[in-house]
Amino acid sequence: MSAVAITVSPPGLLEQVAAVARRSATRTLRQRALLIFPMLFPLILFAINGSALNAATKIPGFPAPTYRDFLLAFPFMQGALFIAVTAGVDIARDIESGYFNRLALTPLRGEAMLIGQLGGAFVTAISQSIVYLLVGIATGVPIKSGVPGAFVLLILATLIAFAFANIGALLALRTGTGEAVQALFPLLFVTLFLSSSSLPRNLIKATWFRDIATYNPVSYLVEGMRSLIIKGWDGQALYLGFGFAIVIGAIALTLASRAMRTRLVRT
Amino acid sequence: MTQVNSIQVTGLVREFRKGPRAVDGINLSVAPGEIYGFLGPNGAGKSTTVLMLTTLLPPTSGTATVGGFDIVKQGSEVRASIGAALQEAALDQILTGREHLLLQATLQGLGRADRNRRADELLERVGLTEAANRRVGGYSGGMKRRLDLALALVHSPRILFLDEPTTGLDVQSRTALWDEVARLAHEEGMTVFLTTQYLEEADVLADRVGIIDHGNIVAEGTPAQLKAEIGSPSVELTPVDVAEGDRLAELLAGFGESRRDGRGSVTVQLPGGESQLAEIIRVLDQADLHIELLQLHQPSLDDVFLAKTGRKLEGAGEDEEAPVAP
Repeated sequence: MSAVAITVSPPGLLEQVAAVARRSATRTLRQRALLIFPMLFPLILFAINGSALNAATKIPGFPAPTYRDFLLAFPFMQGALFIAVTAGVDIARDIESGYFNRLALTPLRGEAMLIGQLGGAFVTAISQSIVYLLVGIATGVPIKSGVPGAFVLLILATLIAFAFANIGALLALRTGTGEAVQALFPLLFVTLFLSSSSLPRNLIKATWFRDIATYNPVSYLVEGMRSLIIKGWDGQALYLGFGFAIVIGAIALTLASRAMRTRLVRT
Repeated sequence: MTQVNSIQVTGLVREFRKGPRAVDGINLSVAPGEIYGFLGPNGAGKSTTVLMLTTLLPPTSGTATVGGFDIVKQGSEVRASIGAALQEAALDQILTGREHLLLQATLQGLGRADRNRRADELLERVGLTEAANRRVGGYSGGMKRRLDLALALVHSPRILFLDEPTTGLDVQSRTALWDEVARLAHEEGMTVFLTTQYLEEADVLADRVGIIDHGNIVAEGTPAQLKAEIGSPSVELTPVDVAEGDRLAELLAGFGESRRDGRGSVTVQLPGGESQLAEIIRVLDQADLHIELLQLHQPSLDDVFLAKTGRKLEGAGEDEEAPVAP
């Protein structure tokens, strides 16, 4: 077989991102168990708590007619935490297996590798957000902000998931092990429960809990999404929700990019 | 005109925090089109050397050029010149063989039109056309190694680094890989830097061999030169009657240094080479001593390793520590 001459010129940044993201998304779509089970768990909690805790609506000042309406933002947030872990584990696996070195030997740029690697997280975030929204609507949760609000909800949920995926990526790049990334999950879960995800902040009686929830950025992420479901268009809640998502995402992305440069010790 | 070496290494050192000097000031050169076998036990410093030469690990000190480019100052140019299949085939179990090649072709900057053609060409070359659309998770160890090799060749590099490419492979897969590596060097003029802990692999495949132990190159040369340094061949004889062992040893004492082995066998060095064999047989025939088994042993690279380090290569290594961040 005769070798044919080939022309090689380094691909542009977008082409690099697209190529790595396609691989990441393909991986995610082919591992349906990884896509479905993390999606199901928040829905199960939603189903159980949504009916079991409905008595909470009798608390004076409770902002929604049913607890299910109030709780729908919870699975979006919980799903984002799962994505942080799966995205991080995916990157850690590449480091552990040596696949990362294979990529490092190509002209691939660090930023492209990082953002591309999160392509799977992006696919998961969109898929699960749509499912949560549809399940909510199917179980009778009205979206007060209407169809445009539903789209904004999907955008905010995806943005939050992407921000948290960067936290997972950061941990993976710093430690290089999947176990370390998985250890992150309980910590993230605690931040979810110490937020206003289960009760509005003004109705939390324990002062310490209310204070923690007030300082916990997760509260504002949940409240931003929730406002679209139970209030309609609440500018302040959306401003804080998008603001914290962007800030968390930007900080995590910056730190993950630095970690990528350190990890990518190409000369 | 002086020919520029494909790989030129001078005083290369790599130290790890809280660890020993994994590579301790090595010097070596590899000519274009040459297969250089880097032989040593686990933990000797082979993989650390490859990581430095492929720009994935900065050296602590020393210099090296690969393809004429400095590994520290011209990392991008080095990477563009080389292909590498590092230890353990690093593949994505979820992707197919073809998807691997297309991704690699994209990232290496092949034009859209070339990507599919190159993938088909390489799949055929490594015998994976039939399995091209199957997920790598279902591939055998040999198939994974062949795909690994194909991935290293996507951008037609001038220099190929193979880090223990046949570890864990069966004999058939190993031989097939050797054939392909030899073809790349001898027909396409590719320079190959091959690390191995298999003596046979270095002996069969390498034009020249460097033996590394504890981060130092303890011997270097063609396999024939290295074995010649060690000295003469030996012959092992086993008498039909085990009780004749002493008489056999007496008869052979005049030919060279001898030693008794189990079951009456005697091994004697032949300082005069194989030509002494005829005389030995004549003497045994005259003495009417019947021989059950006669084996001629040529010096092996294992003997070279033993002579240079005082240890046998097999089992000499300790578990190689994965390089940690500097």
